[in-house]
Amino acid sequence: MAMSKNILIVDDSASMRQLVTFALEDAGYDVVQAVDGEDALSKAGQSRAEMVITDLNMPKLDGIGLIRQLRERSEYKFTPIVMLTTESQDTKKKEGKQAGASGWIVKPFTPDQLIGVVRKFIK
Amino acid sequence: MASPLDAHKETYREEAYELLSELEESLLHLEENKDDMETVSRVFRALHTIKGSGSMFGFDNIASFTHNIENFYELIRNGERKVTKELIDLTLEARDFINTMLDASTSDDGFYDESAGEEILSSLIRLMPDQMAPDAAAGEGGDVPKDGDHVPQEVTYRITFKPDPVLFSRGINPIYLFDELRCMGRHYIAAHVSNIPTLDELDPEACYTSWDIILTTAMGIDTIRDVFIFVEDDAEISIDVIDEGGMFTEDADYKKLGVILIERGSITKEELESVVAGKKRIGALLVDSGLVEESTVESALCEQKLVKDIKKTRHAQSVASTIRVASEKLDRLVNLVGELVTVQARLSQTSLERKDPALTGIAEVVERLTSELHDNTMSIRMVPIGTTFTKFKRLVRDLGDELGRSVNLIASGGETELDKTVIERLNDPLVHLIRNSMDHGIEPPDIREAVGKDRNGTINIKASHSGADVLIEISDDGAGLDEQAIRSKAIEKGIITAETDLSRHEMHNLIFSAGFSTASRVTDVSGRGVGMDVVTRSIDALRGVVEVDSRKGSGTTIRLRIPLTLAIIEGLLVQLGPNSYVLPLSSVNECVEITAKEIKAAHGRNLVNVRGEMVPYIRLRDRFAINGDRPEREQVVIAVVSDLRVGFAVDNVIGEHQTVIKSLSRVYKNVRGISGATILGNGSVALILDMPRIIEDAELDERNMVKR
Repeated sequence: MAMSKNILIVDDSASMRQLVTFALEDAGYDVVQAVDGEDALSKAGQSRAEMVITDLNMPKLDGIGLIRQLRERSEYKFTPIVMLTTESQDTKKKEGKQAGASGWIVKPFTPDQLIGVVRKFIK
Repeated sequence: MASPLDAHKETYREEAYELLSELEESLLHLEENKDDMETVSRVFRALHTIKGSGSMFGFDNIASFTHNIENFYELIRNGERKVTKELIDLTLEARDFINTMLDASTSDDGFYDESAGEEILSSLIRLMPDQMAPDAAAGEGGDVPKDGDHVPQEVTYRITFKPDPVLFSRGINPIYLFDELRCMGRHYIAAHVSNIPTLDELDPEACYTSWDIILTTAMGIDTIRDVFIFVEDDAEISIDVIDEGGMFTEDADYKKLGVILIERGSITKEELESVVAGKKRIGALLVDSGLVEESTVESALCEQKLVKDIKKTRHAQSVASTIRVASEKLDRLVNLVGELVTVQARLSQTSLERKDPALTGIAEVVERLTSELHDNTMSIRMVPIGTTFTKFKRLVRDLGDELGRSVNLIASGGETELDKTVIERLNDPLVHLIRNSMDHGIEPPDIREAVGKDRNGTINIKASHSGADVLIEISDDGAGLDEQAIRSKAIEKGIITAETDLSRHEMHNLIFSAGFSTASRVTDVSGRGVGMDVVTRSIDALRGVVEVDSRKGSGTTIRLRIPLTLAIIEGLLVQLGPNSYVLPLSSVNECVEITAKEIKAAHGRNLVNVRGEMVPYIRLRDRFAINGDRPEREQVVIAVVSDLRVGFAVDNVIGEHQTVIKSLSRVYKNVRGISGATILGNGSVALILDMPRIIEDAELDERNMVKR
């Protein structure tokens, strides 16, 4: 398992975390869960994630803030960060991109679509 | 029994109940503190999660209902609406309704009263009248890659992907995008690394590479575009169809000959098959068997070739892409190449002096490369003159209306290429010449008819290459030049005296003199005595030559001989005292020697005997007032300027010299007889002589001398 890639999934919705975790583990990735932005920052510090998938609307620290703070850390400067979003409006996407997000996936999505997006960024 | 999705659903339900009780609590808190934005955010977040996750786990009814409630709270969160007691009441009702829907999802029949939800929504809309109507859809979806847009046929695309240098800092690695494309079909990926700077300028975090991908796939263009969905704003991406039929069939034949013939009804399929048994080429077989005429086969083969060629050309055109470059950049490049040519000349000279074979070897390679670089750079600047010709068609049409003439302009040689700056500067003189032809040359239709010409006049404009020059010919079938009128006009204007004996050619050239116009009336178009001398001046500035040839009654032809480029000329390097000068080689004919004895024999007249022909010459030493004695033997460079053989006496002829023209500073702009300067291999400066101007001045001086 040492070879498999760590993905950090950040969402305040337990069911979403569960679904995403299920889909990612099924595809052979290791998953670390975080319940909000602050939790994600501390989990991200414990072990380096290969990729981060984050919800946007979360208590304490929202997704955009999380992306900004991660990008300031040298070890996450080039890490793919994908936003989970229900708003397909360009404003949110744009805001996220400006903060440094690599991409986005719009809810609802199927596990296959999720993996498709992940594969755009890591193997 | 429980599938993974069912397990997820159960988790969602648990979470949703939790969120609903949180929502209830927040709403009650909000009722007490209506301006507490933190609580508004909590309410919004709870609704958002119920909606978002609901859509994920198939609770579409919950998702769409909650989405509408969420919209109202978004307005409040953005400060566009205030929290009111009525809103809280309705939201609490909505919360209960979501609870009902959740309960129903586990019940046996799944029934609940949908109208209750609709009532809540319509009450909310009444509360916030100018709020947008509730959306039907909860999740917007549709943004994730779709795989449904297959086209059955394989298509070849050219994908150009030029990412922003900051690409990597958004956590995007283009390699994975290419992996995705790779899975779609046959592909060819080329990386362009020319933008990668040298190590000291290199930012290791920036992406300097761009890519071209040729992909043959059955996937639609949208699927390809989806690959780049996250980078489309941070990269230049173009996806073009380069062939509908697939990359690897590109060079395959158009329809087979037999197919064409069957389609045309020349033979039947059966007849064909009976013949194809042999191995000979099908065309020959068919002719041999007498089924079709040889010419029929020929024509079918023609069709085949034509379509093949069209395909090939189309392919070549789409592959040979062009780029637009600011012309200043090109000018700069040409200047740099010019500098390089100068340095290369110095290198060659130094290596010759050193007699070091190793250095000479290098100098020779540099010379070869420089000359190739020079040729290439010059060819970049070359553009076809055709576009200028097209503009003239319009000019002729409009002028024709204005002047009451009907004139056809026939342009040929539009593909002839010239330096861009030359073309730009040619425009005005050409316009002048065409106007002149239309105004003075072509007669009004009635007169033309009377002299037995077509009512419609014709102007031919033709461009062609002629050595290092381009020849532009403008000919009309008009009245031609009236030599008598020209002569009397020239005398009247004081350009010539009544006694001056002129050849026909010289007479024609008078029309280019300043202040000359034979038109008795002045029109808008021409005839004010400005124009033709402007033409001469512009063409002179281009180091070109104007010639006119005319026959009274049948028309006039004006020939412009223009050098291909202005930046570099082939020159003849000559010496006068301690100084070097350059004569443009294009006009130089030959060099002859003249001794002091011969000069004496000519009785002070500046004439040299060239194989029996007496050629006048100008002693440059005298013109430039160079001190010191002239050598025992002088060289006379014989040049042809405006069809006139004229010699230039110099001390010594050094040889050919590729001359990069440097313009003189503004201070020297009005110095006559010098058109520029160049730097020699040893670093010294040589002036470039303007031969027509020197001859003109010499003639003027002589005339003044005669007058005195």
